Amino acid sequence: MIVAERKPLAEILEMVKDCKKILVLACRGCVTVCSAGGEREAEILASLVRLGLKKNGCRAEVIEGSLVRQCDKEYIDAIDEWQGQYDAILSTACGVGVNFIANLRPTDNVYPALNTTFFGGSAEQGVWSEQCAGCGNCVLHLTGGLCPVARCAKSLMNGPCGGSVDGHCEINPSVDCVWQMIYDRMGRLDRRQELTAAAPIRDWSTAGHGGPRKRIRDDLTV
Amino acid sequence: MSFTPDIRLFSCHYTSQQSCVGEGRELQELGFPENVRLSRVNCTGKLEEITLLKAFEDGADGVYVVGCPTDSCHNLQGSQRAAKRVEAVRQALGEMDVEPDRIRMYHLPRGLHPEFIDAAREMNQRIQEMGPSPF
Repeated sequence: MIVAERKPLAEILEMVKDCKKILVLACRGCVTVCSAGGEREAEILASLVRLGLKKNGCRAEVIEGSLVRQCDKEYIDAIDEWQGQYDAILSTACGVGVNFIANLRPTDNVYPALNTTFFGGSAEQGVWSEQCAGCGNCVLHLTGGLCPVARCAKSLMNGPCGGSVDGHCEINPSVDCVWQMIYDRMGRLDRRQELTAAAPIRDWSTAGHGGPRKRIRDDLTV
Repeated sequence: MSFTPDIRLFSCHYTSQQSCVGEGRELQELGFPENVRLSRVNCTGKLEEITLLKAFEDGADGVYVVGCPTDSCHNLQGSQRAAKRVEAVRQALGEMDVEPDRIRMYHLPRGLHPEFIDAAREMNQRIQEMGPSPF
């Protein structure tokens, strides 16, 4: 899922300080699962915005709404339900959702309530960790399913750097060295020999370095 | 300037069950501040952050939660969950440059103990010193 977290409240209040009618718009997709921008979090944020604006001497009407997802045109259209009830949308979706509203609602002011952080998962309640960088050229078949692009601080492709100590990353000792994990896992799988093959120079053109990426499936387009 | 604060208390059913005996007369006799409004909940672990924020939106000058001791919660971890939600609101108040101590968590034993009265008096005193809510 896409993992995100709420922006500092002061930053949000500064964005909307001149707005008179604010729609705090939740997304029931990834940000609901990572407890950053679902209906529950949007309700809390709306309350905080009401309190914060009132404290700062601003008067605004703050209402709440939610969409199934904010990353699909068919759901964005549902914003019409609140037509006339807002002069700004404070989206608790990830950056994709905010972009989609901006793309598809040319006259709507939209502001991001979240900082979108990474593609990750939750192995224990309340904890999320980055697992994928969306680089567009997956090498997980070579590394036992563990990603060196996302989970190595240096995105190294041919084993650990010299700073790996006792299985921990030199950038942040609380992070496990993914190359140590790969080495150990490939040993358990009796595939360690595969790691002796040198990874070729990597083509990063799939990773967004050539600008925004787009995928078109002709069989699905109409 | 002295004022009578509007204080909301959310208390766990077990911690406050003796408090309601005789329709709360015993509480009054023991000096429980009249300006503290008590809402009993089945378990403080069921309290949502939004409930605490709504109390401020509704005009509370201070809010506090009384739940079981952390090591003997009737529902195991309920009061620990409540403490985390109180802490989240404290942080949010801090982000708005509002005194975090306008909301507090107390862990008190079951039944009507002097500490239950003391906590109310402490909150009352604390909020009186802070003054009216800035909201």
